[in-house]
Amino acid sequence: MLKYTLKRLAYILLTLWIVITCTFFLMKKLPGTPFDPEHFSIMSPQQQEKVLEMYGLNDPVPVQYIKYLKNILRGDFGTSYTYVNQKVTDVIGGRLGPSALIGIQAVLLGLAVGLVLGILAAWRHNTAIDYVTMIIAVLGVSVPNFVAAALLQYYIGLKWGVLPVGFWTNWACSILPSIALSFSPLAQVARFTRTEMLDVLDQDYIVTARAKGISQFKVLTRHAIRNSIIPVITILGPIVVNLMTGSLAVENIYSIPGIGSLFVDCIKANDYPVIMGITVFYAAFYMLVVLLVDLAYSLIDPRIRLAKGKED
Amino acid sequence: MEKRQIKDSLFEKAQVEASEKERIAAPASGMLKDAWLRLKKNKAATVSLFVLIAIILLAIFAPVFSKYSFKDTDYSLVFATPSKEHIFGADQFGRDMWVRTWMGTRISLMIALVAAILDLVVGVIYGAVSALIGGKVDAVMQRIIEILVGIPNLIIVILFLMAFPAGVGTIIAALSITGWVNMARLVRAEILKLKNQEFVLASQVLGTSKKDIIFKDLIPNTVSVIVINVMFTIPSAIFTEAFLSFIGIGLAEPQASLGVLINGGYQVLRTYPHVLVFPAITIVLIMVCFSILGDGLRDALDPQMRK
Repeated sequence: MLKYTLKRLAYILLTLWIVITCTFFLMKKLPGTPFDPEHFSIMSPQQQEKVLEMYGLNDPVPVQYIKYLKNILRGDFGTSYTYVNQKVTDVIGGRLGPSALIGIQAVLLGLAVGLVLGILAAWRHNTAIDYVTMIIAVLGVSVPNFVAAALLQYYIGLKWGVLPVGFWTNWACSILPSIALSFSPLAQVARFTRTEMLDVLDQDYIVTARAKGISQFKVLTRHAIRNSIIPVITILGPIVVNLMTGSLAVENIYSIPGIGSLFVDCIKANDYPVIMGITVFYAAFYMLVVLLVDLAYSLIDPRIRLAKGKED
Repeated sequence: MEKRQIKDSLFEKAQVEASEKERIAAPASGMLKDAWLRLKKNKAATVSLFVLIAIILLAIFAPVFSKYSFKDTDYSLVFATPSKEHIFGADQFGRDMWVRTWMGTRISLMIALVAAILDLVVGVIYGAVSALIGGKVDAVMQRIIEILVGIPNLIIVILFLMAFPAGVGTIIAALSITGWVNMARLVRAEILKLKNQEFVLASQVLGTSKKDIIFKDLIPNTVSVIVINVMFTIPSAIFTEAFLSFIGIGLAEPQASLGVLINGGYQVLRTYPHVLVFPAITIVLIMVCFSILGDGLRDALDPQMRK
């Protein structure tokens, strides 16, 4: 288990290094500097040298690359081009809270509703609730999140005026974006749970439990649900990816000061250090989530052994 | 009344040729025909198929047969609501939304289709080579895939779009850069599974050449995996394109993909919801139909996986 984890961590580091290297040289190829050309040209050579030094742009590219890597090891991702005099880590750190809040709320909401729907749908297979769940599941993955977010904003926020749209002052502001983000996890969880549950309900031990005369409710809670919700953990990886994609659009629509909207703003403003910082952050976050999911799964479900035998 | 005579010969045992017994009376139905018969029984999938065909036909012919063009402006019609003349109304420049919606659908579908074909070609070749050569080559190719899988697709797509001028070609390239990985993995797994099956061994024993085994035994048997995967690649490509155009880093005006139209509609949603509604409904319809049809095809092509 330890050996497996270390191997995976090594892979993550290797992948991150490749991501950093590729994005670094890509960014160097792209036009755009932190400076306004008019103001830059009227500076004296000494002044130009000074500001270039500040952004680490006065060395040849390979030297810049080595310096950049060294700085990253120290947790320094450079200085933002658009947020004057702010470290990239500070810019990103300041935006983490809102993204984390709506992300976590969306996952929890999606999990809660998705699990209940999935379980009910399987338990009452081929009834109205089953069909409704399947329709929700298909719509949830088919309706693009930005369309759902825009429509929610228009109908619930503007037409009915129930919830705030597009401020970030109190918790109520996070409700609509969280709901908009939760559709895709909800749909995925509902569908997956339903499938797993149908599988489990077919197993011999469920028949045995029923034959022993245990009440339907107990069969469901004691035996069926427990066994069918464990695999749901495995779809957390894809869910996180969808959340990252979703947050880019949803945060823009609701003007939430989060990582997603920062990323889009920086892409439009050619703020390369921040773009690189967020790229590395997204990649690292995603790979760590996938690793944690795999580890958690093997711990919870003893039937699954990650490294097949020897190491365990 | 004439008396009926029953001949003794009727009581004799019928002679059936041994070979006749084994004859299959109905023509053999191939895998695809089999799948088609199963798919036809799935009502939702059949309806989706027809809706998709209708959408594709509209996307091809609606702009051709309309008297309006997707870029002609008419300032007397700015934000016109749907009417007989303009079924979907008009946008902020008085452009006919009916033509623009179908033009957008055409571009979105084209991007998705080409991206899916590229994924298919690269993915199948990569997966097949990896599985067939095996050994060190396979190991190296799999390590490359493991690294690619670690990077969220969207980031690669966005970085790619930053590096090259936005356009249909760039988006297709960006989508295919990451898209083939899944296909390669599926094809490799399938071929590895097939390679050890008896019919391949039988083929080898019969002296079939390696080339024929690959192209006549292995590849045809991966068709169902490939078809199913393509059915899920297309909607995800449509979604990604629309998403990128929506957040403003994909296609932009005056090009008209569904994402561009939805973005434009979103800007004026508060006052003129109809500009958003029609492209939005179209993209949702396309996604829903592909999703249902994909599920239907999976059940039809691989009945064991049915849930």
